[in-house]
Amino acid sequence: MPENTTPTRASWWQKLTDWTPQLVLLPTLFAAAIYVVLFSLWTLWISVSQSTLLPNMAYGGFGEYAALWQSKRWTVAYQNLFLFGTLYVLGSLFVGTLLAILIDQRVKFEAMWRTIFLYPLAISFIVTGTVWRWIFHPQTGVEKALNDVGWLSAQFDWITDRDMALYVVVFTGIWHASGFAMALILAGLRSVDGDLVKAAQIDGASMPRIYRRVVLPTIWPIFVAVTVVLLQFAIKTYDLVVALTQGGPGVATTVPAIVVYDLMFERGQIAQGAAAAVMILVGLAIVLIPYVLWTGWRARKEGQNHG
Amino acid sequence: MSSLQIKNLRKSYGSVEVLKDINLEAESGEFVALVGPSGCGKSTLLSIIAGLESVTSGEVLIEDVVVNDAAPKDRDIAMVFQSYALYPTMTVRQNMTFGMECRNIDKATQNETIKRVADLLQIEPLLNRKPGQLSGGQRQRVAMGRALVRDPKLFLFDEPLSNLDAKLRVEMRSEIKKLHQNVGRTTVYVTHDQIEAMTLATRIAVMYQGVLQQYDTPKAIYETPANVFVAGFMGSPNMNFFDAKIVAQSDQLGVVIDGGDGAVLPLPSDRHSTLADGQSVTFGVRPEHFSPAHDRRAERKGGVSVVVPVHVDMDEPTGAETILMVQIAGQDATIVCEPDGAPNPGQDMDFEIDMQKISLFDPESGVRL
Amino acid sequence: MAEATHEAFDPLATGSRRRQIRAKATVYGLLLFFALLYLSPLFIIVMNTFRPLEEIVREGFISVPGLLSSQYWLEAWSGFCLGGTCEGVSPYFTNTLLMTVPATILSTAFGVVNGYALSKWRFKYDTWVFGLITLGVFLPAQMTLLPWAFVLGKLGLANTIGGLVLVHTVQGVSFTTLFCRNYFVAVPDDLIKAARIDGAGFWRIFRRIILPLSPPILIVCVIWQFTGIWNEFLYGTVLTSGTNQPITSAIVAFSGSGTGQRHYNVEAAAVIFAALPPLFIYLIGGKYFVRGLTSGAVK
Repeated sequence: MPENTTPTRASWWQKLTDWTPQLVLLPTLFAAAIYVVLFSLWTLWISVSQSTLLPNMAYGGFGEYAALWQSKRWTVAYQNLFLFGTLYVLGSLFVGTLLAILIDQRVKFEAMWRTIFLYPLAISFIVTGTVWRWIFHPQTGVEKALNDVGWLSAQFDWITDRDMALYVVVFTGIWHASGFAMALILAGLRSVDGDLVKAAQIDGASMPRIYRRVVLPTIWPIFVAVTVVLLQFAIKTYDLVVALTQGGPGVATTVPAIVVYDLMFERGQIAQGAAAAVMILVGLAIVLIPYVLWTGWRARKEGQNHG
Repeated sequence: MSSLQIKNLRKSYGSVEVLKDINLEAESGEFVALVGPSGCGKSTLLSIIAGLESVTSGEVLIEDVVVNDAAPKDRDIAMVFQSYALYPTMTVRQNMTFGMECRNIDKATQNETIKRVADLLQIEPLLNRKPGQLSGGQRQRVAMGRALVRDPKLFLFDEPLSNLDAKLRVEMRSEIKKLHQNVGRTTVYVTHDQIEAMTLATRIAVMYQGVLQQYDTPKAIYETPANVFVAGFMGSPNMNFFDAKIVAQSDQLGVVIDGGDGAVLPLPSDRHSTLADGQSVTFGVRPEHFSPAHDRRAERKGGVSVVVPVHVDMDEPTGAETILMVQIAGQDATIVCEPDGAPNPGQDMDFEIDMQKISLFDPESGVRL
Repeated sequence: MAEATHEAFDPLATGSRRRQIRAKATVYGLLLFFALLYLSPLFIIVMNTFRPLEEIVREGFISVPGLLSSQYWLEAWSGFCLGGTCEGVSPYFTNTLLMTVPATILSTAFGVVNGYALSKWRFKYDTWVFGLITLGVFLPAQMTLLPWAFVLGKLGLANTIGGLVLVHTVQGVSFTTLFCRNYFVAVPDDLIKAARIDGAGFWRIFRRIILPLSPPILIVCVIWQFTGIWNEFLYGTVLTSGTNQPITSAIVAFSGSGTGQRHYNVEAAAVIFAALPPLFIYLIGGKYFVRGLTSGAVK
């Protein structure tokens, strides 16, 4: 009842109430400003400072970036990331789509299949890497088992082979991530109008063709979203490689995140490590900024279509 | 005492002005319908009355108190939403008591009020259900019940019937009218459906592009629309508009429809004052003000009519009446007539126009002459 | 609704009997193949936690087990030595638990309130605030390692579980805010308006209307945060050392330590301990997790 309260008190209380949402957000906003803005600028500054083993904030120029790009280890790591990222994303999408389509056939025990394919996502990269290392290693894993059952010439030593080790990382990555792709794609398939499939069937299309030509094209935004999320995982990949191959043999499976850690904490080259971290950020930006712009553009376009 | 007053109200979002100088007043117990096409600003106006949106300039008064800066809860209003906005996790009873609970009203009064309102709306059996278990019509009832438990100064309705199917909509419409007659509270009712506005309101505010076009009784709005927009928006099928000219014939003024045979349709003498010979006008005739010439309907009712030849292109029988798509002097028009003796497509026939019920507008400004 | 129309249609139940059988066989055959592929590591690793070391060394991981014993589980939990202390993974398991539970609760609690404030209360620059908070989702950990080390040092939280709780809470709030905001956007604004007219304020609306609608997204947040923080490795390795490390770092240290004989069976059991809690959480709530995650993604 406005008559019962004095106007000044009412407006004072009113003001505080009006500001509740902003006040509630304040701690997070403060933390995010420090974490996102300040920390990034900090690392950026370190990358152009004279830091070596310890931070030294005096300006040192862009020499560390030049040195980074001249080091063989870094260029190999970047190439590895490129190859790994491409195969990891395509492989996960392919396996994820296949599994999603299989489950979409009104199979029995659907929940069980889904759980089996998705459980790797709950397991850490460290555990994943450790376990698959044992399986891939010639002395403990598949090769040993094949030899023991009598196939003495069997050879399966990709993990210790410079040319093949990266594919072991790719395989393990796909094992871990394809369930995630499957879950999202399956949800997409379920959102497709069933009449569309019926119409295509009446048109005489076979099931593989219906999926390829009718169903999958209608859920392409999901593929874009999954691709972006997986690319993000790929660029940040660190634990998996550490546990699986530790970047070896040699530098065969080294990825940028490993180089960052080594430079910062093993070799005492903080500035160059920071420069490498900035390059990871740049890589992420190259993937994410177009995606953000694209989704914004799509949202606007949709907004227009809806009047 | 006026229970709601809106004075020189303006509302802008950035540089876009969505409400332009609105002035409106509702007497105690009145039923005001805000009507207009989507995007006309009627819902924004309702939100401003509710206190859910701030005003840019101007004043809103409820029972002669300026409430511009009062929070919604301090305005003593109740609102029924288009989506009903029933709290999905609460039962019907909790939905209705939530407002009283926020106002620290004791349990006994709460129960009493629920009993009274549930009786009134016949929703007693639904009290322990969740909104998800209700049909559309039942949700609508509960939403009204939630507003009724409050006994507020002002009832606000935001297109409350638009989510119902056609049959239920008609039923609920008369129920709302009955309710208003029983409860007698001032009500502001937003709708895009001009029939709802006509049937329910004591006064109608027609809005278009943020401007209040006309604020008057349903009868006045229908008979003397203030401009072409109001004339075209209110009434179904739409009013016909013909490009025409005023012609003086001896001491009598008449209308000549462009593109026709030049026949002069004489105007009743009370329409002469503002018109001049040779003036271009927009000549508006409602479809229901045509009747077959041989009926002499207008004359039988004491009116004045003139006869025009009509060519029928197409007919749409609805059962109770037949809608004809026709050409008059080469201009498209719509006529409503009785199904018996309705002409067939392709046929030519004479219709008379009830000249007392026509409207004339300025073709430039659209304003009524 | 789309699901209903879709379920009414069974593509495998059309065509000739023969075609149906062939199609079904293909589908289940492929599913079975992939299921075995996905489950085999789990199976192999569990099996080897029961086998004596010399048998593993002799026959490798993949072979028919002979003697079975559960003593390696005990040794993994409280026996083996790492960096001078011989208490197995249990102290590291405790570390991770002490880190994960508070960080999950804090980041979820903040995220729910933030998401509600950002989606249901419009104010100036609200999209900028949301943008800044969500940027934290994408920022690579490498960019924040050195600043965190410095800040935790200044706060006296260097090499403590409390420090990791802070790091994971700050980082996790970005995710939970994003999830919750996108979830609450779908809650009709009219509900909030109706409640405001009913006389409810920010917190009452939160308690009585938003929270009762939140369990699906709370489950998503808790599972995401719990598994993410439990499984995290980089921060744990960089910001803590010795007996303050979380279990992931301990596993890596264990398998990298010791120049002599590898204790595969004990390692395998330790790995299971590291994997068990998130797996358990996922098995209970995974159904809701997928549902909650995809309800946002499909739109």
